[in-house]
Amino acid sequence: MSAEQPLPHYVARGAFDPHEADALTAGQERYYLASQWRLMWWKFRRHRIAVVSGAILVAMYATILVSEILAPYNLHTRATDYLYAPPQAVHFFHDGSLIGPFVYPLEARRNLEVLKWEYREDTSRPLPIRFFCLGDSYEFWGAIEGRFHLACAPREGTLFLLGTDRLGRDILSRIVYGARISLTIGLIGVAVSFSLGIVIGGLAGYYGGWIDNLTQRVIEIFRSFPHLPLWMALSAALPVTWSPLLIYIGITLILGLLDWTGLARAVRSKLLALREEDFCTAAQLMGASPKRIIGRHLMPSFTSHLIASATLSIPHMILGETALSFLGLGLRPPITSWGVLLNEAQNINVVALYPWLMLPVVPVIVVVLAFNFLGDGLRDAADPYK
Amino acid sequence: MLRYIAHRFLIMVPTLLAISFIVFVIIQLPPGDYLETYIAELQSRGEGVDIEKIQFLRESYGLDKPFLVQYAYWVAGMVQGDFGYSFEFNLPVSQVVGDRLWLTALVSVATIAFTWIVAFPIGVYSATHQYSWADHSLTFVGFLGLATPNFLLALVLLYFANVWFGTSIGGLMDEKFVGQPWSWAKLVSVLAHLWIPVIVIGTSGTAGMIRRLRANLLDELQKQYVVTGRAKGLPPFRLLVKYPLRMSLNPFIADIGSLLPEIISGAAIVSVVLSLPTTGPMLLEALRSQDMYLAGSFLMFMATLTVIGVLVSDLLLAILDPRIRLGGGAVK
Repeated sequence: MSAEQPLPHYVARGAFDPHEADALTAGQERYYLASQWRLMWWKFRRHRIAVVSGAILVAMYATILVSEILAPYNLHTRATDYLYAPPQAVHFFHDGSLIGPFVYPLEARRNLEVLKWEYREDTSRPLPIRFFCLGDSYEFWGAIEGRFHLACAPREGTLFLLGTDRLGRDILSRIVYGARISLTIGLIGVAVSFSLGIVIGGLAGYYGGWIDNLTQRVIEIFRSFPHLPLWMALSAALPVTWSPLLIYIGITLILGLLDWTGLARAVRSKLLALREEDFCTAAQLMGASPKRIIGRHLMPSFTSHLIASATLSIPHMILGETALSFLGLGLRPPITSWGVLLNEAQNINVVALYPWLMLPVVPVIVVVLAFNFLGDGLRDAADPYK
Repeated sequence: MLRYIAHRFLIMVPTLLAISFIVFVIIQLPPGDYLETYIAELQSRGEGVDIEKIQFLRESYGLDKPFLVQYAYWVAGMVQGDFGYSFEFNLPVSQVVGDRLWLTALVSVATIAFTWIVAFPIGVYSATHQYSWADHSLTFVGFLGLATPNFLLALVLLYFANVWFGTSIGGLMDEKFVGQPWSWAKLVSVLAHLWIPVIVIGTSGTAGMIRRLRANLLDELQKQYVVTGRAKGLPPFRLLVKYPLRMSLNPFIADIGSLLPEIISGAAIVSVVLSLPTTGPMLLEALRSQDMYLAGSFLMFMATLTVIGVLVSDLLLAILDPRIRLGGGAVK
């Protein structure tokens, strides 16, 4: 073909469809018709670390339902012959042959020169760990008596996978039980601060004017307090005569009462912005009451943001409780949380000799990291149209 | 500018008053007044109670008066430098506290400086090399820093220092200087011990700062004026330093306000673990023994430090950014 010749005219043979450009592929249609929450779920799913963190958290929260069964020992069982016993390793092979999970029995010896218990594994006798077995008796959720455990110590031995503490109590079991307190305290605390934040922030944001000014000042004052010293002072003021349960409630209230400011600010600024939107004006013109406008039209458009920021403030509370209990101002035994466990690790001389007392640090860090990643993912997903 | 400064100072007064009221309510929360606790304690130890002294204390602090009058006594006393009486130490609070306030301020300021010095280059690097492996790993380390509670970090550091070096890294000066008057050698010793608490307390703040600086700088780097500058041939480094970096500096200053409460909280508990001679351990002690005037003045001091920090950050921000200054503080 030479360059001067025009290209042959192309005519499509098929029937002409003027709406062709508007038609959606199946994938597009699925996307455009999906509800807001479905879009968020899709977006959240793409954030891999957040999904993994969410799964870890679900698993950890699931354990608190069956702590008694998962823990090899009871919370208060004392093995008085094994004070400060080191973690026992789980072995599989003995003399080259597979036995399955087993431990070697510990032999305790008192070293009178350094005044310390010394432990030695007797590697001649493998003791297989028992599974789905009857062990220490417990009251399931404080109501049903039972003895069933997922794993128990061998009949003539012990099973201290993470060692024992000053009184010879199994640290692994105590961590499993401690999760019940440490994990729920964040949830309840956030519930308190969530409701305070929504009500106060909602009032300030919707009505504006002097209510807004007043709450802004109050929030500023609250925010200029360093949290921890204030928490310390408030929990020190809890009466000594209170029962452990009341102390638990008191601590959650204290944690929640100081933490609402961030949420209230978020609610207020969102409301201030949304109040000016057309759909809000339309609702007002149609005669909707303020209650209906806030609840029906404004709230749904930022609940997702609220959930994300609430998720991010849970680790703050868990850390707060851990810090308070660590200092001995928070929960008190017999209530056992991770912070209470760490209280034993306060003295560096003890920790240097028995480093496994620091192990409750691990679940704290895992939970806080997981909540941070989950919150990050939720925050990204909260606005799926971006 | 002068008007703005005056305005900021005037705002500070009611804030401090409100804070002092909250603190007073808190230290009044435990049942009974301090003197009753004090007398009960003396009696339980089998010591005699000096009626005259009790009477003197009761009168000078107005403990027999109603709540609001007591509060007025307390605030009036503080303004004159009288912080009340520590029943635990049998001394006026101002004498018990001693160096602790200054050491707390020193630790806080050093931590902020550390936060800036570390966060600045890392944040800029992360933003200019977005999604590089260095950026990813720094982000991950930052997350770890955010998540690890600082007192646990202190505990772990303390443990490893003990295991590896056989020394204790606690304290804020060599033991021979404790209780000594200030000298050059003591100052050097303090500075040599300062870095550990500063790193421990500063980690989470630094991590947060890096993330914020990175986000801010990334926003700025996408703006039109950067494209224009690049198009007219500005060298990349000058382009970065001259405009976007200056814009993203604002949060550095503005963040003191949110950073300081965090640092003071952190310092309070870290200094208990590392046994620093700052306000933290003594506050804990005072709270445990219900030595409420002492605890109250520590709380008051920490809150005041925060308020002053916010003030300084606002003033610096006003110097840095004419938009804020010209707004006369009316625009919040």
